[in-house]
Order: sequence, then structure tokens, then C-alpha cells
Amino acid sequence: MSQAAMTSELFNKTITELAALLEAKTITSVQLTEAVIARTQDVEERVKAFNSFDTADALSQAAASDARRAAGQALGPLDGIPIGIKDVIAVTGQPLTASSKMLANFVSPYDATVTQKLKKAGAVIWGRLNLDEFAMGSSTENSAFHTTRNPYNLDCVPGGSSGGSAAALAAGEAIATLGSDTGGSIRQPAALCNVVGLKPTYGLVSRFGLIAFASSLDQIGPFNRTVEDAAITLQAIAGYDENDSTSVKIEIPDYRAALKEKKGPWRIGIPKEYFGEGLDPEVAAAVEKAIEFYKSIGCEIKSVSLPHTEYGVGVYYIIATAECSSNLSRYDGIRYGHRSANAKDIVDLYYKSRAEGFGPEVKRRIILGTYVLSSGYYDAYYLRAQKVRTLIRQDFLNAYNEVDAIITPTTPTPAFKRGAKADPLAMYLCDVYTIGVNLAGLPGMSVPCGFSSGGLPIGMQLIGQPFKEADLLAIANAYDSAHDWSKRTPNL
Amino acid sequence: MAANEDLNIDRIANLARLALTPEENVKFSAQLAEVLTNIEKLKQVNVDGVEPTAHAFPIYNVWADDVAKPGLSVEDALRNAPAQRDNMVVVPKVVE
Repeated sequence: MSQAAMTSELFNKTITELAALLEAKTITSVQLTEAVIARTQDVEERVKAFNSFDTADALSQAAASDARRAAGQALGPLDGIPIGIKDVIAVTGQPLTASSKMLANFVSPYDATVTQKLKKAGAVIWGRLNLDEFAMGSSTENSAFHTTRNPYNLDCVPGGSSGGSAAALAAGEAIATLGSDTGGSIRQPAALCNVVGLKPTYGLVSRFGLIAFASSLDQIGPFNRTVEDAAITLQAIAGYDENDSTSVKIEIPDYRAALKEKKGPWRIGIPKEYFGEGLDPEVAAAVEKAIEFYKSIGCEIKSVSLPHTEYGVGVYYIIATAECSSNLSRYDGIRYGHRSANAKDIVDLYYKSRAEGFGPEVKRRIILGTYVLSSGYYDAYYLRAQKVRTLIRQDFLNAYNEVDAIITPTTPTPAFKRGAKADPLAMYLCDVYTIGVNLAGLPGMSVPCGFSSGGLPIGMQLIGQPFKEADLLAIANAYDSAHDWSKRTPNL
Repeated sequence: MAANEDLNIDRIANLARLALTPEENVKFSAQLAEVLTNIEKLKQVNVDGVEPTAHAFPIYNVWADDVAKPGLSVEDALRNAPAQRDNMVVVPKVVE
């Protein structure tokens, strides 16, 4: 391959491939970062994945990486790799907007723990990626700034809330990205954009420096082109952090090594509740074909039941909105964020700053969350939801007595058209297959498993046991390394 | 339960310190009534004797050593303040 041909599509390569090229000194991080920047400048007008990016800052990080490598001090597989960051994760000196007018002018004074960890691994921190405002939504249409497009069909949504993270990666505007997942916000856009998305077990990855939406559900996780890349990225960001009181002290295994060491065969559970009414037949067919693959490599496929699945959306929209109404009370126009210029006194300042700073979906969720927590309704809604959450979690733990992992579709349908789900309830029901994983605190992944007849990506969801990401990644890799869906790229 | 009628949106918006326009008030009332109707399904579940889950993996008694560590500089801490003076955040007058 000529030098030109090898570098022309650098932006579509995997971390594994690029780490080898960097290590062999075939390319430099500056060349790679320039290729990603050029690609971004070429397609971003159509994709609109970013809220902002800082090319000078990225190139100076890349130059630092090259200098380390020249001095024989390269830091590992992520050294010199441009990684995009969802605009709810703090990066010192860069904007941190949550795609909200409330934080339109906010500049982060510190790094999130995951940002620190990526920097220590040598990654080039690249850009601020669009999302639904405060991560509330499933399409990025709730961003106060602009809607991100699905690179496979610009009329369709990329999913959400981490739509910018999924679309940027699919479009070659980054080599990997980080997102956050409260009810499916990594897995759903990953499925809709033909990339791998991983939501770790609650407590594996620090939430310090992640703008809080629903604290008992939020987790940060990576978007990647392959499961192997996901293992590499998770390795860099996982681990105990004293700055997050829900961070769990466990030993972090070598995830990449586990891909080779753990060979199965595995017992795989198929929950019938996830294959019923509302599931698009093409999605069902693609996921069933993937299940056939697992059977063909000797896995035992078992039917399992998660009987409380149908209550997941209801439980989620009580617990998530309750927590959001509490978390977002900090946006009062006093210490940071939007302050109304029209307030007549301090209390009026709260009302008006919040009214002007928040968009419609955030307001709806604050209202709903305040309602379910209000005196006289707490037991009927919030306490009951927490009890049903126990039952949903128990369903999964019961199933894990019989199986190692569970496979479901990630989403009921492929990407939908922008504007197609104007009704909030219809949008909430998009998350029906992903919500249970957050409520139960489990690790879940979306892995590309096909395309619809209309050319839109389809993802399958693999759900693992708590803190057994090594097994989950190995199971996912068995499929991913034997298929080449992720090598397909959009025609932009 | 008649959640639809119970949702007094003015009262709730007041609790949330959120000013809603009359249009938002009407729109949100209808949309949230629909969401609440869907949520009513939870009443079908028998939760007798079931403990509530606040966190999937509860961790109790997380202590940090009581040692001073470097924090943000005053300048950094105030960088995003809407109004500041003499190293303090300026707010509207709260006492007469």
C-alpha cells in the first residue's frame, strides 16, 4: 500500500490498527490527528456531531504524544489516538454545555476522572460532542444547539442522548468517543450508527466530572469500531475513584487479554419479553441470525424470562425524573450557568433563570420528577417504582443462575426520521430494551449485527453479569471478530 | 388513580422554582397526563414485602480522610459566575 493510500483513510481505522502504525512509526499522531481534523472539516456540516472542537489544542496534544514516542516513552495503545468526548464530561479549559442554553458559556475548571485517565493513557482529547439537552432524549433533537444527523441517512436521527458520540465515530470524525448512558444513551445510538457501545456496570467507571442527570443510573462508557477497541478504551477509564462515592473497589482485569483467554462456550439467554409486539421484523431477523451464530460456535441457547420488563419504562421515568429534578435544582442562576437579566428579586431570579435556561424536555422531566417526589404522591410513585426496580433487578439475577449473558435487540426499530417522534411518550418507548440494564446496574453492550433493507444499521444488545465485563467483551468479540459489519462505513 | 386531574402543574412548577408560560402549562399538562397514564401500569405489580432499590450496588459509609488537599483557585472557581466582585459572587439583594 502506498503511503498516500494508507494515510488517506486513517480516520476509519481502529485503535488496534492505528496503535500498530504509530508504534511502527509508519504514521505520527500529528498525521493521524490532522486526518481526523480534515475529515471533520469535510463532513461535519452534514453530520453536525460536534458542539465545538479545538484543533490547535488537539494538534498540540498530538505533538506531545509524538515527542513521548520519539523519546521511547509511549504510554500504550491509546497514546496519540484522538478520542471525542460527549459534552457532559468535563475537560479542563474546554466548554462544557450539556447542549443546554443553561451552560452555553460554561468553561470547565477541572477534568472529569475519565478525562484524566484518558490523558494519562496519552489519548488526544478531541472535541465536544452533541447530545440531547442534559442527556435527556433518544435522538439529539432535544439539543438546544442543533440536531445531529445519522451518517447512514442524514434524514434520520443518530439516536441519543449520546448521538454526537455515535455519529462522529461512524462518520470518521474521531477514532473512539466517550458517552454516558442513563437509560440506553450509549447503546441505542451505537445501534443506530453501526458502532460498538458499552455501558459498564454501575460503579465500574467514575462519574466524577460527569454532569449528573440520574445519579443512580448514569454511567460513562466508550463508543468504538470493534469490541477489541472497546476493551482497550474500557481498560483506560475503569477503576475506583475516591471522588465518586458510588465507585466500587474491585480489581480491574486485563480486558483485552480476556478476549483471547475466554473462549466459551457460553450459555446465552434469550428473554421472550424482548421479542414481542413492537419489534421491527428486520431487527428481529438480524438478531436471530446473530443468535444462530452463537449456536454454531457451540453456545447453549436458553429461553429465559424477565417478567417485569413491561414495567421498565414506567419505573425509569419515575426514578430518572425524580433524580433529575433533584440534580438540576443546582441550576439556579447564582454561581454558574444562565442568569436571567429580567428578575426583580432573588426568588424571581431562580424562576426566570431556569425558565430561560432549560429547554422543553428538561422542563417536562423536572415537573414530572418534582411531582412524583411531592408530598402525598411519594409512596404511590417513587417508593413503588423503587420496589418494582428491585423486582426487575431480581429478574436478571434469577436469569443469571442459568446463563452467562443475555442477548436482545438494542432497539425496537432502526433509526427513525427526524421529527417522527414529536410525542414524548413515543420517544420514551424507544428505550424499552435498554432501560432494564440501568435499573439493574448491569453491563450492557450494543454490537452491530446487520442492516435494514433501507440501509440502516441494526444492533444487538449483550447484557452481562455485574462487573464481569471481561466475559461480556469476550462473548461480544466472538461475534464481532467473525463479522465485518463494523467495516462498513457511511457514504458521506 | 386520577393522576390526570391531580397534576396541579402550577403547584409543581412552584415547587421546582420553574416559571412556565401559559402555553407550556397547557402543553405539559396534556403530555404529562399521558405519561402518567402509562406509569399507572405499575399499580398492577404486587410489591408486598419487596424492599425498595435506591442503588443497584449500595455502598455504605464511604469516608474520606480529613486532610486538606489543593482545590480550585478562587479565580477558577469564580470563572463561570454570572456576576462577581471582590472574589465573591454577586446576587440580588436578599435582606431589606
